[in-house]
Amino acid sequence: MPAEPEGGAITPEVFEHIVQLAALELSPQEAEYLRRQLNYQLKAIGELEAIPLDSGTPITSHGVPYTSQTSPELREDRWSPHPEPGEIIAQAPQQEDGYFRVPDIPHTELE
Amino acid sequence: MSTELCDLPAYRLAELVRRQEVSAGEVLKAALARIAAVDGRPGSLEYDGPQPEDDQGVHAFITVTAERARAQARRVDQAIAQGQDPGPLAGVPFTVKDIFCVQGTPSTAGSRILANFVAPYSATPAARMEAAGGILIGKVNLDEFTYGSSNESSAFRPTPRNPWDLSRVPGGSSGGSAAAVAAGEGCLSLGTDTAGSVRQPAAFCGVVGLKPTYGRVSRYGLIAFGSSLDCPGPTARDARDAALMLKVIAGPDLRDGTAARVPVPDYLVELEGELRGLRIGLSPDYFRITYPDPASGELGQQPISPEIADAVLRVAGRLAEMGADIVEDVPMLHTRYGIPAYFVIARVEAASNLHRYDGVKYGYRTNARVRDLHEMYRKSRGQGFGLQPKLRILMGMYVSAAQYSEQYYLRALRVRTLIRRDFEQAFDPQGPYRLDALLTPTTPTTAFHLGDVYGDSVLMQYADQLTVPANHAGVPGLSFPAGFDRDGMPIGAQLLGPDFSEAILLRIARSYEIATQGEAWRSRRPPILNSTGGT
Repeated sequence: MPAEPEGGAITPEVFEHIVQLAALELSPQEAEYLRRQLNYQLKAIGELEAIPLDSGTPITSHGVPYTSQTSPELREDRWSPHPEPGEIIAQAPQQEDGYFRVPDIPHTELE
Repeated sequence: MSTELCDLPAYRLAELVRRQEVSAGEVLKAALARIAAVDGRPGSLEYDGPQPEDDQGVHAFITVTAERARAQARRVDQAIAQGQDPGPLAGVPFTVKDIFCVQGTPSTAGSRILANFVAPYSATPAARMEAAGGILIGKVNLDEFTYGSSNESSAFRPTPRNPWDLSRVPGGSSGGSAAAVAAGEGCLSLGTDTAGSVRQPAAFCGVVGLKPTYGRVSRYGLIAFGSSLDCPGPTARDARDAALMLKVIAGPDLRDGTAARVPVPDYLVELEGELRGLRIGLSPDYFRITYPDPASGELGQQPISPEIADAVLRVAGRLAEMGADIVEDVPMLHTRYGIPAYFVIARVEAASNLHRYDGVKYGYRTNARVRDLHEMYRKSRGQGFGLQPKLRILMGMYVSAAQYSEQYYLRALRVRTLIRRDFEQAFDPQGPYRLDALLTPTTPTTAFHLGDVYGDSVLMQYADQLTVPANHAGVPGLSFPAGFDRDGMPIGAQLLGPDFSEAILLRIARSYEIATQGEAWRSRRPPILNSTGGT
């Protein structure tokens, strides 16, 4: 495997920040592997910067265009019950009286 | 080893079952016997390290649904006995990639985080196959959340092997699908293709794999990865079986807003047409690859393997003999940017889709003592996800962050426009090329050995270089067998066509199959079928 590219943009500090945002707890070995792979991938992504792009080039968010003929017909926004909601609730790691149970939710002051 | 029921084409089996020449129960028995003979132990979280016998099995499955299959086979046989038609897949055993929900089955995505999840509903394409008389025999292994091109990233081990050489990978991420179909463990498999995940393993395992047009097949019940790229599609042993399966699974679905309201042709009837007058293109941009040097990481360019190039050119020669016009030197200039753009777009979509796994509503929750909800999230996700999902989440968050999204995400979406334009120009009926299809290699190499690429996430991604442009553009792509390399590994050729042109692609592949059916390479079978369980 190649060595980490020189001057990788994802420094340990940047990495730690995105790990927090991603809500992932990582072992030191995992963190080392992942940060190196991210910088290596960024190098491959860097190839995009070499492409001459006309400022008017639109974005494509999906390949196939949808028209009024090909888009699904609009329908009424009606709910329909699942036949066995208990089966769905029963998948929860912890539940009680039809509710999901979670550990304490910390109080956060909005800035 | 003589041919058994489970080795017959799905199309033929459904005929025999509908005519009561064999029962769905007998076909199922043959398929389950084949699984017992060749598969070895299924992929499991309880994996305790490699055993010598693991090298003798295909390991395509995570879950074999034998009881469900027997009940369904009984229903099919009863319906026929009562004079009813169970449908075009009557008695056909099939598998489903374990990225689809099927009601009452573990639906794991190959991940610890969903290992205990039992789906409360069925994905539309899987439900349509059962409703057409198909017999679901099991859920097959995949790269974790489909993130890979070799199947080695699954949390369920041992991971699938290539039936043509058990020391090699089957490809990925629908590796279990392709391996199962190649080994006669079910005639058809439902896979997904986000960057080549149906076509690349089909090429590696010597079977047919179809990525339909985006919107052709509903994604309802598919555990999402890259929502603007994911396409469910058939894996089959020949183009006729792929046509049969596509006809069953395609079409609008009120439960998926991207399932297009475009009429579904009778793909089986369309197979019969002529090739005369069809314009089939060859592009130099699909006969070279750009890839990172494994030692230095520097990007380099080189021609694809001459054996693969020659095989594809031989296909072109046969198609020309059948009356197709071969158009050379079609420029597809942005092909090489497919992977870098994919590194950005697919990661952003993956990060978004993977936020739902939080240890609250279903799936894995940490057993560790935690102070609060946030710590529960971090530990559950840290312990539940493997390295490949973590890598995609982190990259997706980085490149979509406010300060980088113009540089990376929006730029990648503009490059996607250029990739789409390459196809629009090639297929434009008023343009200089006016192609009905583009003929390319499916993969830059044939199947590689286990462990050769895994761990190097960049090199692994470049295995999809020739397949990913179709995902960006949304156009259909079909991989079909085009011979073998000197090591006896299958080579795949790929056809790419305009939106909703699956019928033409299937017709071209079927015509090639018929034209070459007498050739010696067509009668080769995976060696594992010669050494086990035959009668």
